[in-house]
Amino acid sequence: MESLPADIWQPVRLTIELAAITTVILLFVGTPIAWWLARSKAWWKEAVAALVAMPLVLPPTVLGFYLLVLLGPNGPGGQIASLWGARTLAFTFEGLVIASVLYSMPFVVQPIRNAFAAIGDRPLEVAATLRASPRRAFWTVAVPLARPGFLTGAVLGFAHTVGEFGVVLMIGGNIPGETKVLSVAIYDYVETSQWREANILAAGMLVFAFAVILTMTLIEKRVARVGA
Amino acid sequence: MSEDETKTIRAAFRGTLGRFTLDAAFEVPATGITALFGPSGCGKTTVLRCIAGLQHLPDGFCAIDGDVWQDKTVFKLPHQRPIGYVFQEASLFPHLSVRRNLMYGAPRGQDAAMSDAIAFDEVIELLGLARLLDRSPVNLSGGERQRVAIGRALLSQPKLLLMDEPLSALDRLTKDEILPFLERLHDRLSLPAIYISHDISEVERLADHLVLMQAGTVKAVGPLSTLQSDPSLPLAASRDAAVSIDATTESYDANYGILTLKLDGARLLVPSAPVGAGERRRVRIAASDVSLTHEPPTASTILNILPARIVSGSPAGPNEIVVLLALGAEGTGARLLARVTRRSWDQLGLTEGLPIYAQVKGVSLAQKSP
Repeated sequence: MESLPADIWQPVRLTIELAAITTVILLFVGTPIAWWLARSKAWWKEAVAALVAMPLVLPPTVLGFYLLVLLGPNGPGGQIASLWGARTLAFTFEGLVIASVLYSMPFVVQPIRNAFAAIGDRPLEVAATLRASPRRAFWTVAVPLARPGFLTGAVLGFAHTVGEFGVVLMIGGNIPGETKVLSVAIYDYVETSQWREANILAAGMLVFAFAVILTMTLIEKRVARVGA
Repeated sequence: MSEDETKTIRAAFRGTLGRFTLDAAFEVPATGITALFGPSGCGKTTVLRCIAGLQHLPDGFCAIDGDVWQDKTVFKLPHQRPIGYVFQEASLFPHLSVRRNLMYGAPRGQDAAMSDAIAFDEVIELLGLARLLDRSPVNLSGGERQRVAIGRALLSQPKLLLMDEPLSALDRLTKDEILPFLERLHDRLSLPAIYISHDISEVERLADHLVLMQAGTVKAVGPLSTLQSDPSLPLAASRDAAVSIDATTESYDANYGILTLKLDGARLLVPSAPVGAGERRRVRIAASDVSLTHEPPTASTILNILPARIVSGSPAGPNEIVVLLALGAEGTGARLLARVTRRSWDQLGLTEGLPIYAQVKGVSLAQKSP
């Protein structure tokens, strides 16, 4: 049996790293946004919600194009990069993280927002009448009750980041160990007629996708049972 | 701080919520149970939520024991008010065990060692929660859940307990299981409470003071028996009009199983299980169970034939009169209602100030749980 090229695992590692960092950032950034969207009575909150949801309908190339402009040498990303002597954030791992956070945001914010909304006012009112400050009520009541939403959001955010292609191609390019993630690597192998390698990675993605959807279904079933 | 402010609950709220207008103000003593009574949709819950700070009507005032919770410049948030709130549905935290639900609002650190605190063990015993402590609230029955919710509110060491129809979501059987717990609570704890109900029988058993509400306004405020027997209020004229009187047990005749109760201006004989002397019991006497006679019958199966004076007679419907009586030959004792026909009123020549005998056919004794 022909041995596998040693660098076939590099895109896998890079992809997992990217998805993990993105998911963690999204949980931190997305939770306050989801809380605000679920609880605020501001009339313009749906405008913010639409903004967050835009990556769902935008072609990845459109998002990628604007990110390229923003992260490039003449955009704000370039200015930030100049702080540590670099010229641009495009075509870097950091740039990919920023792009992934924006691209995967709706997949994390939406389930958490729904979970917060499903709690309703009552448990928080109960907590308040039991002397819990809004901060304590959030951590001891809202977050534990919304846990299924956090799980769903984390799984979806991770999976979606793993699968992104268009945006990566626009702003990441194809730098091994820096921006060459799984989806790009598969494309590359096909381009160079390395069908066997492409097949290994693609089959791995198939199994991964199946596992994600199964996990999600099981989480939802568990939630339904607890709620009954 | 003036004397009358220290033991008083003062509340006044005005505002419009959608198409509903609330303009309610009352002042009641901060002792015992005050019932907010009125038909559904009259604004009882809104008043209670305003007292708790869960709802903010800018034109409002609320002070307990002279401690201002809301006025023009002050608005304390709910978690800054020393209240316990029992909602219509128990609303236990499903992710915490019964024990952790109970302890959620309990003061921690230095505050935990207050000398006059309501003790955990006492609440567990009072509400019969010992068996439930390590269970999840998800699997409890409706009555058990509501008992845990009441215990949770008590253990947050409130200065005022607010209860929004805590029994209305329960079936008759479960209600009868919880009412004795509430009566014991009333007897054992000195905690003032505001209790919402649209069920007069709960009010008759529990309340000391009454706030009568209708269509967003307060119609009357006062001690329960005063409002029950006020002919100008709908309570006295209703089909199931009754008065609740707090009495003291005097003696028990074990041979016949008859309890003698002392109340202002009269003694009542009531069939009962054995009870020691000197205990407080609440009796309820329905207006339809009281008839009137000029001369006491020499022999009757009716146990209680009490001298009284007629205070007033008010028409209730076209052919009936609700008679307000004051017990005792001088007419200085507790108030009682009798519902008689207009025909009897005329034929017996009944009139205000007349000495009369009240024949009480039935007395219901609020049973305390052992």
